[in-house]
Amino acid sequence: MTPQFEIMMLAAVVAVACSLCGVFLVLRKVSLMSDAISHAILLGIVLAFFVVKDFASPLLIIGAALTGILTVTLTELIIGTGKLKADASMGLVFPALFSLGVILINLFASKIHLDTDAVLLGEIAFAPFHRMTLFGADVGPVGVWLMGAILLADIIFIALFYKELKLATFDAGLAAALGFSPAVIHYLLMALVSITAVGAFDAVGSILVVALMIAPPATAYLLTQKLGRMIAVSACLGILAAVTGYALAHAFDASIAGSMAMMAGFFFLLALLFAPQKGLLSQLLQHRTNKLNFALEMLMVHLLTHEGKDEEAVENTLRNAQQHMEWSIFFAKKVVEASAARELLLKKGKLLLLTPKGRELARQSLVRT
Amino acid sequence: MTAQQPTLALDVADLTVAYDEKPVLWDIDVQIPSGLLVAVVGPNGAGKSTLLKTILGLMKPAAGRVHIFGKPYAAQRHLVGYVPQRTSVDWDFPTTVLDVVMMGLYGKLGWIKRPGKKEKELATQSLQKVGMEQFAHRQISQLSGGQQQRVFLARALVQDAALYFMDEPFAGVDATTEKAIITLLQELRKQGKTVIVVHHDIQTLKEYFDWVLLLNVRKIALGPVHESVTPQNLHKTYGGRAAFLGTMGG
Repeated sequence: MTPQFEIMMLAAVVAVACSLCGVFLVLRKVSLMSDAISHAILLGIVLAFFVVKDFASPLLIIGAALTGILTVTLTELIIGTGKLKADASMGLVFPALFSLGVILINLFASKIHLDTDAVLLGEIAFAPFHRMTLFGADVGPVGVWLMGAILLADIIFIALFYKELKLATFDAGLAAALGFSPAVIHYLLMALVSITAVGAFDAVGSILVVALMIAPPATAYLLTQKLGRMIAVSACLGILAAVTGYALAHAFDASIAGSMAMMAGFFFLLALLFAPQKGLLSQLLQHRTNKLNFALEMLMVHLLTHEGKDEEAVENTLRNAQQHMEWSIFFAKKVVEASAARELLLKKGKLLLLTPKGRELARQSLVRT
Repeated sequence: MTAQQPTLALDVADLTVAYDEKPVLWDIDVQIPSGLLVAVVGPNGAGKSTLLKTILGLMKPAAGRVHIFGKPYAAQRHLVGYVPQRTSVDWDFPTTVLDVVMMGLYGKLGWIKRPGKKEKELATQSLQKVGMEQFAHRQISQLSGGQQQRVFLARALVQDAALYFMDEPFAGVDATTEKAIITLLQELRKQGKTVIVVHHDIQTLKEYFDWVLLLNVRKIALGPVHESVTPQNLHKTYGGRAAFLGTMGG
């Protein structure tokens, strides 16, 4: 394997692991918990390092997971006092834990190789230098194995508890009534987010973890209508962001993690504009169609009201309808043309005459309201 | 302790629930025999939803106990169906109507086990009962308020419970849906099930329900509608606003 391929692979594994957890953060409306946890775990990593004095130890992951849980617990404690809302509570807890971690690193900076730049941004390009050897053979970078194991844990957890996660996320009340404690599910999920954040943090840093946890699921949310598909599409978008991000970084000699996050954001922008149903463009078109259909109905009702009466020759003309409904001339012509095309009316000189179909639509419109 | 009648569907004794030492429910005793259609009525903040949530173990009482068919709720989950307020969930959640109905079967499945063919069939049958089978594969965000309520009802029906709790199933639904829902509830009662409904409309009490629980932090009255809904009790429940409510109830 070339170092390039190893980096890209690690990037893809990180992105997929993050986006799997992120799906549930986005759906549970606690997206910013990824921000809080990815920062707070620094304290756990540092403290665990003081105990084991080894950066390769899996104990670091456990330490980080525990600080993740601590973040959630402290946040909920503050919310529980009723004095502050969730966002402010989160904003108080994680900077406190994060800064404690930063201070500890600074104090012991001479002994530890963990600098604050790497914490914030990570350095995925160095990943191929840390090799893993098994029975004397080189089996690839440590990071890929570690992150691979975390990804596997994510997949197993979500596959096992798919039903419980879905229920507790959609309807926590019913989940509790049926005996699936939403609190237990919430804390398990947050532990998973913490573990994933630790692994991802090494590669992409604590800020871009957030981008990779939120952008692919948010994009998938706009593109899908079922949870299973949303998860699958998120994972694919994660891989896509990793591969295109890597290519972008290579082409411009820029930060790999930064380029990945940028591509993830770019895909979101595309989905926001062009998603088939929830995209802005499709909603704009839908709005236009609705507006035209409503205008058609109004015109039919107007024509029906004056049909066969003395004032018909004055009222039931394009000019009068346009003034009556306060339409622009352009829009009024469009409405009349559309009505004629749908055989709702006939033009006889200036007079607009309802067809039986047009009369029917007018009557239906009146009944419906 | 004397032995209770075995047919008591719900037996709530000395129940007090408080938020920060402020009682929301104060020393409530409620005994409801099985096979009845019961309305829980009271003004906003009377503790109606809190009562339901406490019975279902979603909130911890400060004092008192709840028995469902003679045992605590945790032992009787399988006998109880719950319809939360329609607005308590996010209807933009990426899932289909059939999926939501199947959630009613999750309790029977237990942890980890996934719903399969049998569950799909049961859920489809349940959707047929509420006239929503053609919507089975729709995403739930495309439903109207009345349709959402029917889906929730189908989810409760599929639980095949003996005792149902429903939190404002008539809120924000049109007249047709309201009629359809009440017909369904009366159907359940005919099958010997007990249905307890948080309700808002005093005018329809007599027409729809057998019993009523008038609640305003304390229990004002519990019993057959014609006995319990008196101008005096309505005044106690609704305070000053009862003057006109009394005439409507009568």
